[in-house]
Amino acid sequence: MSSDEIALEVVGLCKAYGALSVTKDVSLTVRAGEAIGIIGPNGAGKTTLFNLFTGIIRADAGRISFFGQDITTASARSRCHMGITRSFQVPQPFGGMTVFENTLVAAAFGQKLSQREARAPAAEALQRTGLWPKAQLRAGEITLLDRKRLELARSIATAPRLLLLDEIAGGLTESECQELVALIRKIHSEGTTIIWIEHVLHALLSIVDRVIVLDFGQKIAEGDPATIMKSPEVSSIYLGLEAESAHG
Amino acid sequence: MSEPSHPSSDWRRFIAISALLVIGLAAAPLWADRAGLRLLGEMYSLLTLALLWNLLAGYAGLLSVGQQAFVGIGGYTLFSATIFLGVSPYVAILLGIVLAALAAALFAPLLFRLEGAYFAIGSWVAAETIYLVFTMIPQLGGGAGMSLPAAVVRGIAEDRSTREFIIYWLLLAAGTGTLFGAYALLRSKVGLALTALRDNPTAAASLGIDIWRAKFWTYVGVAAAVSAVSSLIFLQKLRISPASGFSLNDWTVTIIFIVVIGGIGRLEGAIVGTAVYFLLREFLANLGPVYMIVLGTIAIITMIFARRGIWGFLEARFGWSLLPTTRLPPHEDKI
Ligand SMILES: Nc1ncnc2c1ncn2[C@@H]1O[C@H](COP(=O)(O)OP(=O)(O)OP(=O)(O)O)[C@@H](O)[C@H]1O
Ligand SMILES: [Mg+2]
Repeated sequence: MSSDEIALEVVGLCKAYGALSVTKDVSLTVRAGEAIGIIGPNGAGKTTLFNLFTGIIRADAGRISFFGQDITTASARSRCHMGITRSFQVPQPFGGMTVFENTLVAAAFGQKLSQREARAPAAEALQRTGLWPKAQLRAGEITLLDRKRLELARSIATAPRLLLLDEIAGGLTESECQELVALIRKIHSEGTTIIWIEHVLHALLSIVDRVIVLDFGQKIAEGDPATIMKSPEVSSIYLGLEAESAHG
Repeated sequence: MSEPSHPSSDWRRFIAISALLVIGLAAAPLWADRAGLRLLGEMYSLLTLALLWNLLAGYAGLLSVGQQAFVGIGGYTLFSATIFLGVSPYVAILLGIVLAALAAALFAPLLFRLEGAYFAIGSWVAAETIYLVFTMIPQLGGGAGMSLPAAVVRGIAEDRSTREFIIYWLLLAAGTGTLFGAYALLRSKVGLALTALRDNPTAAASLGIDIWRAKFWTYVGVAAAVSAVSSLIFLQKLRISPASGFSLNDWTVTIIFIVVIGGIGRLEGAIVGTAVYFLLREFLANLGPVYMIVLGTIAIITMIFARRGIWGFLEARFGWSLLPTTRLPPHEDKI
């Protein structure tokens, strides 16, 4: 699946909010076509990492490059145009627009298409995520679960090269979760590089080639899923996570 | 939710009704007296300003409290260009458009560094500064202002009633032009960006929308249009002073009132708000200063109980939509 080409390279990334250091010297390399999982306890700084990758916030130190191009200071918009898209853990729908218009925005501006050209990819993204029957509802009026689906649909509609997924499997039933995994596997098989933050471990581990473990803003372990889940650094967190996903 | 089953027949009906309405209003010199024409003209001008402010605050997230700057620039350019350069009023209006756009383009990079309430204060301070500059120019009559010479006025038409008809038609054109122009804008791809911006700026940026550019062109375009309608307003008034041209009350507070009670972030809101404002004014005018207190109270009550204004309430309650911008998904078999 993955090639030798490097999709995302992050070196020495740091971010602090006042005295609170939330990203501490994080370095990682993601090859094109890879699927990476990120796990770690609540508040470990996982979402912050996505905020840094997508340019929503700026790093205090460190360097980010995407397919060889330095994007450390690039705007969120230009990173989207280069092919980096993320889903928001806390859904950020365009509440006054319909579900279809939400994906239309993503396709039109993410892929630089006219409104007419964007219609087909926008509709397709809804069909793939099972949101098509709700296409004409206002995004502010759909359930939280559907809003999370809409996050995924909008991300797909931009036709990303690197897809960043932030906790999209929580709260799904077992069969819904299987559908989601099948969809992500399909997107991955079409050549999209994926980084997925997920607490629902069985879903995550059925997809990813490699797992990165974050704790207190630091990368504490990295490797293939089987080895990582057995490692002593992870087992304490891992147990915590399983207990949590059993509740969710 | 509105779901027009036959968009094309809906369209035809919409265009027919709008055309009839505009023709009926254009024929007002036949059915309205001088005072009636003036009142209608004033309604069109406030409707235009409300539509424009709604684009700024309701869509682009630019809560400007300084739009009177561009009203003043438009008005003063009309007077000074006709008097000192000797150009026709029409050329002066075009000049005013250019100057207001330039001023907005200069302000924008400074003001856009400020967020939310700070932007509002910044835009107000900028407008006050321009106002003070105009009071200090003796050639423009200082604080007393200036009048439009009879010769310039006759450039529009020789006799008074023809002149009034022309100004009335120009104001009607400004109102309908702004309404349908704003509608076309909101249905375009730019409108898609503005609506996304209205709903969620963070998501908009992450999905590839150039927020700065969308805000910049909205701000500049609105300034230009404000200046144009202001020239028409003062062409009718025939007198301008810094206090009237740069009035915070007349050109911003009133407009905010109209948009807030009508429904912010909705084109229809400006229409409903203008109608309500004029009704209230007719009924409450004899109350004196209490009138402003009543208006303020109504605005506050609306903001608390119907945050999207009267039109937002009706839209949510009955699914009404006069000027729908909703993009319908393609039919399933066409994908
Ligand atoms: N804007 C902010 N200002 C201050 N602190 C912040 C801000 N954003 C995040 N933090 C803090 O940074 C830390 C990491 O947050 P982050 O959202 O990245 O965690 P996470 O690993 O995604 O957690 P979760 O699993 O709960 O989603 C937390 O302690 C959080 O409170
Ligand atoms: Mg998170």
